[in-house]
Amino acid sequence: MLKFIIKRFAAAIPVLLVVTTLTFFLVRIAPGGPFDTEKAVSAEVMQALKRRYNLDQPVYVQYFDYMKNAIQGDLGPSFKYPGRTVTEMVKTGLPVTFELGVYAMIWALLIGVTAGVVASLRPNTAQDYVPMTMSMIGICLPSVLLGPLLVLVFGLWFEWLPVSGWDSWQHKILPSLTLGSGYAAYIARLSRGGMLEILSQDFIRTARAKGLSNTAVVFKHAMRGGLGPVISFIGPAIAGLLSGSFVTETVFQIQGIGRFYVQAAFNRDYTMILGTTVLFSVMIVFFNLLSDIMAVWANPRLKFETSKGAR
Amino acid sequence: MTTSNTPLLKVDDLRTYFHTRNGVVKAVDGISFHVNRGETLGIVGESGSGKSVSSYTLMRLIPTPPGRIESGSAVFDGMDLLKMPEKDLRKVRGNRVTMIFQDPMTCLNPYLRVGEQLMEPLLIHKGLSRDDARKRAIRALEEVGIQGAASRVNHYPHEFSGGMRQRVMIAMALITEPELLIADEPTTALDVTVQAQILDLIKKLQREKGTAVVFITHDLGVISGMADRVLVMYAGRAVETGVTRDVFYHPQHPYTQALIDSIPASHAPGEELFTIKGLPPDVSKPLPGCAFSLRCLHAEEACRSTDARIHELSAGHGSSCLRVHQGSLKVITHRVAHASGQGAHA
Repeated sequence: MLKFIIKRFAAAIPVLLVVTTLTFFLVRIAPGGPFDTEKAVSAEVMQALKRRYNLDQPVYVQYFDYMKNAIQGDLGPSFKYPGRTVTEMVKTGLPVTFELGVYAMIWALLIGVTAGVVASLRPNTAQDYVPMTMSMIGICLPSVLLGPLLVLVFGLWFEWLPVSGWDSWQHKILPSLTLGSGYAAYIARLSRGGMLEILSQDFIRTARAKGLSNTAVVFKHAMRGGLGPVISFIGPAIAGLLSGSFVTETVFQIQGIGRFYVQAAFNRDYTMILGTTVLFSVMIVFFNLLSDIMAVWANPRLKFETSKGAR
Repeated sequence: MTTSNTPLLKVDDLRTYFHTRNGVVKAVDGISFHVNRGETLGIVGESGSGKSVSSYTLMRLIPTPPGRIESGSAVFDGMDLLKMPEKDLRKVRGNRVTMIFQDPMTCLNPYLRVGEQLMEPLLIHKGLSRDDARKRAIRALEEVGIQGAASRVNHYPHEFSGGMRQRVMIAMALITEPELLIADEPTTALDVTVQAQILDLIKKLQREKGTAVVFITHDLGVISGMADRVLVMYAGRAVETGVTRDVFYHPQHPYTQALIDSIPASHAPGEELFTIKGLPPDVSKPLPGCAFSLRCLHAEEACRSTDARIHELSAGHGSSCLRVHQGSLKVITHRVAHASGQGAHA
């Protein structure tokens, strides 16, 4: 298993290299620059700024300089926030986004798996249609809409929960719901499908023939296989939650990494865009690996393949 | 072994229909039979004749919907398995009546260790501690001839071959020492040498433990070696029943006769094999009269309109053939069924 993990990390290195390189050049191709403002800046000032941030060098020199520093963990200074480094900003933003992501994931799993399993037990009855219709709505309702809706109902009408910020646990409820709902809906459909497939298997009939109760059949014999698709989805989902949290962070005014990411793109904050992109790539690789490890743990027929196609 | 006059299991007028979009499929349409303590009843018939559905019906394992038990009773030791509450049924199912399924490759849970699956019936029915259940599971594996049982209990099903998995299934079905074992084509998915081993194993354990067996198969050779009595099914109905020897040597129904004539081993080498012309009828359409009349070489007008029910001809030997009853048809086999003939498929 250790060998498997090492191989997977080794395979991630070229991926990260390509992502970094592409991003580096693409942001520079994009029109506009980090120091463009509505008011024209004098040529001398612009020249000074460029020298200050190493932008007067040829692009390939900039690239190798950046890569050299990045490998040592220095992602460079932010172009937009003078005096702050990208590494610093990541350190403040990431924990917040991570916390938000974890809560959203817990919520998504709790609701999603419950709804999916309940629906799968009596397919094509009300017990199936009600949670599945709700999950369809959940998938269709984007967080840009769901967030403000939740704020309106629970924040402004009932005044039960604060509408923005990230301080007490009350602050964390609405953002987590907003971010997690879409995933809960998707997980519900995944677990319903997985459970239906497993529940029609011959070994479920064997389990019933043994005299097991319905509960035992579902929990002991069906869940482990039935939730396989969900387990495989957790990795990409966490990565998606982290990189997709900017809408939620914007709606609730949370200073997370998602907002930095989007702001950086608007500001042409080259180093910030690069830093966050690399960070997200690393996370996607990591959580996919985690997901694969969990899948092997859940299914004894899978083994850690160290050759091609790690599954 | 206690023998009494009441059979261990008595099934009467069992009907299981499937209500599908294309109509009502009458998979089992009024069959009756009984099984005495310690004896083996063979149920034989071709694919789709309702053999398996009857056995699932007895265990109430028919998926509902679309399946529905329309009528009938299955009295096991004074309790009607078809009408008792689910909660009480669970105490019988998997404990006093157990089942072996056709395909050992798909019938064991791939996510659970074999030991865990073996222990389960003991934990829920016998109230054994996990330690005791584990010891019993190891012994059960030894009884079915699995080498190194003490370490094999920790393996997963995919680490066993097909024949070994069927041994595990048998161990699992017999671990609670049931009074009745329903074996639904337990050797169909296995190759011939493994088949013989599995059959011997079932016979041996049955003898040791005095278990009654309902043995379902389409293999006449297997039936002749295993069963004390036979029930021949066709299109969800019973056509002939009797002591195995009588049915094989003196069949009283043209269908049974045709089945026996189809056994390849009963033909001279190089001779063209006998086949029954036509296909089994569509059981979702009404079938007045005898279900076999459409393919029967001896059928008359009356066969297609008169209800065919099993009538006893001699002690314990019954046939549903109208013409045999009237005495207007004498069924003779052209071939001799070899009791050991393998590969005799219905």
